[in-house]
Amino acid sequence: MSDSPSAPLTTADGVPLKVSLRRASRRLKIKALLLVSPLLAFLIIAFVMPIFDMLWRSVDNPEVSNALPHTVEALENWDGESLPDEPVFAALAQDLKTGQEARNLGLVSSRLNYEKSGMRSAVMGTARRLSRIEPPYKTALIDANDAWGELDTWQLIERESAPYTLSYYLAAVDMQYTPSGEIVEVPDYLQIHLALFWRTFWMSGLITLLTLVLGYPIAFLLANLPARRANLLMILVLLPFWTSLLVRTTTWIAILQSQGVLNDVMVALGVIADEMRWQMIYNKTGTITAMTHILLPFMILPLYSVMKTIPPSYMRAARSLGGKPFLSFRRVYFPLTIPGIAAGGILVFILSIGYYITPALVGGQSGRFITNYIAYHMQTSLNWGLAAAIASILLFVVIVFYMIFNRLIGVDKVKLG
Amino acid sequence: MTQPLAAATSAPAESEDESLFARFIDVQKSYDGVELVVKGFNLDIRRGEFVTLLGPSGSGKTTCLMMMAGFETPTHGEILLKDTPINGLPPHKRGIGMVFQNYALFPHMTVAENLAFPLEVRGLSKDEIKQKVKQTLEKVQLGDFGDRRPAQLSGGQQQRVALARALVFEPDLVLMDEPLGALDKNLREEMQYEIKRIHADLGVTMIYVTHDQTEALTMSDRIAVFNDGVVQQLASPETLYEEPDNAFVAYFIGENNRLVGEVTEKQGETCTVRLDSGEKVMAKPVAVDGPGSRTTLSLRPERVSILGEDDAARFDNVFTARVKEVIYLGDHLRTRLAVCGSDEFILKTPNASGHHSLRPGQDIQVGWCSADCRALDA
Amino acid sequence: MYNVIKQVAGRRSVRIKRTSLALVGLSALAAAVSAQAETLNIVSWGGAYSNSQQQAYHEPWMEKTGDEIVNIDRSANGLAGLRAQSQAGNVTWDLVDMLPADALIACAEGLIEPLDHDALLADAPDGTPPSEDFVDGALDECFVASIVYSNIVAFNTEMFPEDNQPSTIADVFDLENFPGKRTLMRKPINNLEWALVADGVAPEDVYDVLSTDEGVQRAFAKLDTIKDQVIWWQEGAQPPQLLADQEVAFGSAYNGRIFNAMMSEGQPFEIIWDAQVFELDGWVVPTGKLDKVKDYLNFATDTQRLADQARYISYGPARKSSSGMVSTHADTGIEMTPHMPTFPPNFATAIPKNDEFWADNIDELSRRFDAWLAM
Repeated sequence: MSDSPSAPLTTADGVPLKVSLRRASRRLKIKALLLVSPLLAFLIIAFVMPIFDMLWRSVDNPEVSNALPHTVEALENWDGESLPDEPVFAALAQDLKTGQEARNLGLVSSRLNYEKSGMRSAVMGTARRLSRIEPPYKTALIDANDAWGELDTWQLIERESAPYTLSYYLAAVDMQYTPSGEIVEVPDYLQIHLALFWRTFWMSGLITLLTLVLGYPIAFLLANLPARRANLLMILVLLPFWTSLLVRTTTWIAILQSQGVLNDVMVALGVIADEMRWQMIYNKTGTITAMTHILLPFMILPLYSVMKTIPPSYMRAARSLGGKPFLSFRRVYFPLTIPGIAAGGILVFILSIGYYITPALVGGQSGRFITNYIAYHMQTSLNWGLAAAIASILLFVVIVFYMIFNRLIGVDKVKLG
Repeated sequence: MTQPLAAATSAPAESEDESLFARFIDVQKSYDGVELVVKGFNLDIRRGEFVTLLGPSGSGKTTCLMMMAGFETPTHGEILLKDTPINGLPPHKRGIGMVFQNYALFPHMTVAENLAFPLEVRGLSKDEIKQKVKQTLEKVQLGDFGDRRPAQLSGGQQQRVALARALVFEPDLVLMDEPLGALDKNLREEMQYEIKRIHADLGVTMIYVTHDQTEALTMSDRIAVFNDGVVQQLASPETLYEEPDNAFVAYFIGENNRLVGEVTEKQGETCTVRLDSGEKVMAKPVAVDGPGSRTTLSLRPERVSILGEDDAARFDNVFTARVKEVIYLGDHLRTRLAVCGSDEFILKTPNASGHHSLRPGQDIQVGWCSADCRALDA
Repeated sequence: MYNVIKQVAGRRSVRIKRTSLALVGLSALAAAVSAQAETLNIVSWGGAYSNSQQQAYHEPWMEKTGDEIVNIDRSANGLAGLRAQSQAGNVTWDLVDMLPADALIACAEGLIEPLDHDALLADAPDGTPPSEDFVDGALDECFVASIVYSNIVAFNTEMFPEDNQPSTIADVFDLENFPGKRTLMRKPINNLEWALVADGVAPEDVYDVLSTDEGVQRAFAKLDTIKDQVIWWQEGAQPPQLLADQEVAFGSAYNGRIFNAMMSEGQPFEIIWDAQVFELDGWVVPTGKLDKVKDYLNFATDTQRLADQARYISYGPARKSSSGMVSTHADTGIEMTPHMPTFPPNFATAIPKNDEFWADNIDELSRRFDAWLAM
């Protein structure tokens, strides 16, 4: 920018070079920003905002304070040791009356019912009967529903009157509050999420490993075959991408089910007896088989793109220097493909953790992922806070995995000279 | 074409005590089963020799090198190393050092690890490895670079590392596949001398592939000139330059004026050729049959002289030429002439004091000896 | 004409709160253009049930008014859909077929309209007002039932010898005398009730027992005895298919689906009416849609329509006045009455589904059920 070489830090008119440079490039920067702004806006609306919304929902707890404002206020001076007094019950009656008229008791009743079974009918049933209820409210409400005579109920209402809650996260890791507010594990017969998290992770890990074992030789062939045959192979690799996920998954059902193609062939060949058909679907085998197949291209493509850049002369050099074929592969070729393995591995692993259609269709009961419970809580139980908490934990774990992976692989190995 | 070569090389080789170190015997190679890339290659290499395979790209020279290294198998024929056939021997058992075109330094290893690789696979102890790596790096003047990654080195340094890695396990034979192709001119010349020096110091046998004739002439003991899968001539640099056996060699090595005509008379060491443009030229018959056969005359530009008033008697060929163009090249001048029916006749004169000041359009007398004018195949 | 004006005005008042004036102008224009023929988005359960609605309600209505009716098979996630649409501020569903338990929650959340039944719905032909003509529990604050259906267990008669056919719910839990796979719905509802009845609890005591922790344990313990023989289904279409393929011997199902497979495909199925868990199913109107669908709702719930529907599927009409008019199956011409859940011989040991119990306990029991399945 400067046309006076003797004063490199300022331009000819005395403006510092950096300022002048920045000014000159500002217009370009604005243009560039305008060009990417549609994508940026799209990402913010379709990606960033939903994630923050999800994180928000996982702790957001407005139901009790919104629907029962007077009760919450009246509970402020309560000692928490024994049943509250008449003013609290009167406030509750008032809130239920207002809520019944405004028809906004559904959410609070569901919210309380997540924590304590019976609260749904306690809130809604009492509200419906409110027209027939006379003061004093304490006895009348306890008459209407036993729950109002239990200390737990009031401790619960007080605890959940806070604008934010950890209950969803506790539920997501099979914990809960005791009535007195301590955090404990839920009873054995209610424990489910931790086991599912664990299953999701180890099965995704296994699927990643299988795609690596199956995909590595294919990627190698792709990178080393003559162009024409490599193109054909590439089409075969990409073919699944052009087929609907549902079609691919249901095809596996047709192949693997007990009356399916594979079992039929084995019975016909006499490998297994007709009444001993293998159960290869609606269990873990089904999920692992179908997902390995579906995710294979996501392993092959990054591997291929890395292998393509490794000249054959490296292996030749290693051989000429006296390395046996396998040793040369292990010491020279394999380390050079690690960036591809890392990229493919993290891609497949993260995609796998997030899959839910395939496990739902072919996983049966034992091959389900935690994601299927996110969907379940979104669509069936309608406990969106719990769904958000599970999803947030998943997001967090994925980020941690990514960081560990990145650390293990090492920046210097990802950037090859 | 190849027959006389084998005879020419085997005679002196057998007489020497060192005997033959490596041999290609009638080697053929085809990739597709249709076309031969190498058509009957014969080459005997003595211990400690520096042999260059020179030729244009696609001439089969690299294929021959790869067959020696074991990365390609001959379709026919045999390759011997120290009198042992090695056709079936995998590359890692041949013990041949090799320097690749783009060095093929392992990017994930440091320079020292690169050099240690061939020693580790040979099971040397840690101390030995360290010692040898250090020595070899010093030999190529890279003693302080052991901990660097190849990507942190300049092209010339990478070249030295590649060389060091091919030498560190002390192979008897080192193959080099256009090792200097990626370097700029100055560095290339420097490395040529460096390689030559190392060759002389260590006494290893080297087979060197290049398409650069200057490189070949500078470095080699002997050069095999390849074209179209066949060795056109195998000889020392001097012989190749001074006495090319055929038109391709003459054309490929050094600069060369070509005049095409027909032999009219042949007596002993001279013959008379009538050029297509009508002039008669006296030449030395090298690869021509008797009168009536077509021939290409090959004449080096520096063997043509500009004649003064009374110089004519010294040459048996004297013609009048018109100057078309004069190019100043510092230490010499190149003059393009129109003579004997050719517009591209080049004359090279040293930039000595008092040189003729030629101008385009000027007519001059030029002459040359028939002994310098070789009558080759058409 | 009056109706049209009212519809336009009604829409306007709803939308004006949420959208800009320009959009209101557009929607008013759109409403004016489509004034003669509305498009109604009606959400239901799909399959044979939607088909019966199509034949009995939609076709005659479309013929009568020229309206277009779009069937959306989303009732299985009806409450979630209503919530999502309400939160997004864009309710596209006009009428939703829903279970009363979900309707109760939707109503309490303000997602659906409260209904003045006697004003909205048609009287019986004899002039009986709707509030007296509908069966008990059929009319709730925001809900109008149209049918009584039943959750039953059916079996494939070919899977058992002729002299040893199952007949009670206890037989479903009897692997020794009646071996083979079973398919049950992947939810605690019905399964826990049946487990208790099979374990000897009287049908009328089932929910009392289930309200205690011992009762829940007892039910799960009974389910444990057949757990490894059970394939769990999630879509209503699965059990008839699995029965037809002889992949299972028994399957829990909606009685109408089994009836349809028997009638239209001639499948050799038989229904075990013992301990059937019956409940109502019917319509709810998403908030803001009442003016648009009230005429259709009046038509689709009148005595004749409900009686007509029973010609296509074996679900009992929710109106007493329709019961006497139930005639023959539309395709096969057989008498429908004996196939209805409410036919007295079928109804003897029937369990009315306790909506209040399930509203309170569905969260915990679903989780416990899932944990039990995962074990």
